[in-house]
Amino acid sequence: MATPRSTASRIFSNRAFLLICLMATNIAMIVLAVLLISIFWQGWGTLSWKFITSFASRKPSEAGILAPLMGSVWVCAICGLVALPLGIGTAIFLEEFAKRTRFTRIIQTNIMNLAGVPSIVYGILGLTAFARMFGAFGTTSEDAMNFGDSESLLFLRIPFGSTVLAGGLTLMLVILPVVIISTQEALRSVPSSLRSGAFALGATRWQTVWAITLPAAIPGIMTGAILSMSRAIGESAPLLVIGGLLLVFNTPQNLMSDFAILPLQIYNWAGRPQDSFHALAASAIIVQLAVLLVFNGFAVFVRQKLQKPLQ
Amino acid sequence: MPTEPPKPLTTPAHGHHVAAQLAIPLSASAPATATAIQARGFSSWYGEFQALKSLDLEIPAQQVTAFIGPSGCGKSTFLRWINRMNDPIPSARAEGTLELQGKDLLAKSVDVVDLRRRVGMVFQKPNPFPKSIYDNVAFGPRLHKHYTRAELDELVERSLRSASIWNEVKDRLRSSALGLSGGQQQRLCIARAIAVGPEVLLMDEPCSALDPKSTLAIEELIETLADRFTIVIVTHNMQQAARVSDQTAFFFEGRLIESGNTESIFTKPKIKQTEDYVTGRFG
Repeated sequence: MATPRSTASRIFSNRAFLLICLMATNIAMIVLAVLLISIFWQGWGTLSWKFITSFASRKPSEAGILAPLMGSVWVCAICGLVALPLGIGTAIFLEEFAKRTRFTRIIQTNIMNLAGVPSIVYGILGLTAFARMFGAFGTTSEDAMNFGDSESLLFLRIPFGSTVLAGGLTLMLVILPVVIISTQEALRSVPSSLRSGAFALGATRWQTVWAITLPAAIPGIMTGAILSMSRAIGESAPLLVIGGLLLVFNTPQNLMSDFAILPLQIYNWAGRPQDSFHALAASAIIVQLAVLLVFNGFAVFVRQKLQKPLQ
Repeated sequence: MPTEPPKPLTTPAHGHHVAAQLAIPLSASAPATATAIQARGFSSWYGEFQALKSLDLEIPAQQVTAFIGPSGCGKSTFLRWINRMNDPIPSARAEGTLELQGKDLLAKSVDVVDLRRRVGMVFQKPNPFPKSIYDNVAFGPRLHKHYTRAELDELVERSLRSASIWNEVKDRLRSSALGLSGGQQQRLCIARAIAVGPEVLLMDEPCSALDPKSTLAIEELIETLADRFTIVIVTHNMQQAARVSDQTAFFFEGRLIESGNTESIFTKPKIKQTEDYVTGRFG
């Protein structure tokens, strides 16, 4: 005989669970709020247009973040432009075209594992593969092969050295597994009845992917893209290995420019003894948050735009 | 009602096919003898499991053929072989012959894309694309040919009229198909299937997710479409099979038990199992 459960205890456990969830949410919110408030408290005073448009300086009152800001924008733009098409393409292949064989399962497992590799490891890989190109072209900068005029936008040098291109490609390695996995999830969530419907009308696999599956998966794909780009813009470890610099007095001119990035600049200022530099670090964090917001806002805008015909 | 003549067959029709086609519109009550689909010794497997056991069946052109039988009897499996929708299932394979207009449709050389243009399908659950009503219907034709705006407009209207849904949607062709009711969505899916100009329409329990009123609308639609298309419908609903079909095939445990004229299957079945099933004693 089943014993009846008392109504009172069921109501109690229901309330208790609600309370636990509420507490968990509140703790996260409070920590975030404290963090934001303290940063704005510290950094709002030193945040000015001049701060954004000046280069680095030893004097806190004259120091600015133009070089790391533009460096971060360049590196992340390169990263996004390479990682998103590559990652989305890989995911489409694995999810919609590849047969389920032992080989694709191994690839799948490897991608999962790569998403968990510490980013500094990618930094070492990026340094070897992109910055130095395995030493195949010599080890000193005199050995490098130049293509084009070093002042022009299309200037290229092999090996890349510690440049925005090497930095962007290294970040691409970091976020590629995340882009692939999130895109796969998005494609998987498209009901198979839609695919069947398209196949039954005589659509080829490619026509089905392009006209049916991809548009239906775009919101999920964009969400994945937003998350991975947010990660890219906050990454500092791999670029530290590549050789992101601190004292840069130029904004990047082409793919072969030296670069500084915001997270490294923040780290540097925050580590100094003087309080005035701590304030600058806080200001730089505010700018970084703003850049992040712009990136995400753009992605949300694109998502809304592409989603419209679906509703 | 559509003023268009029936779509021409794309395969070179043999003499008797042409004769049969000409005969149908003159007298719907005189059944055509032309065979659209023919299975001989047709078996199919999912891995080790044999889903169909040496089937012999002729499906006449321009008539409605109903497949009945309990769940898991293989009727849907057979239906899905006719437009090769089992292809993506790695463990699915078939033996024997299955012919469309006298041509083996299981042959390696068969272009599946072209086959599916000739053999349309309507699914159990309405599955309109998350696009506008217009784009749903235009999707199929656009896959196969380039149309001018005017041609496409005309084709969409004609297909929607054929599926008896034009009057309900003509003022909102640009709004999402997902806003339609279940019954309307299913008729839209029929319009979508018709739009590519198929010879055969396969319907896999097309009314099982619909209310009685929508079911009635679909059944009436099937009757009007039977003049132009060879229709094969899988149904669990015996009354529906009796109402809409000219021919009935009864499947049980992967075998075709009995097939023939619907009236005789339901009133004087030759085999005891068929009688038990159609009278509701099992199944």
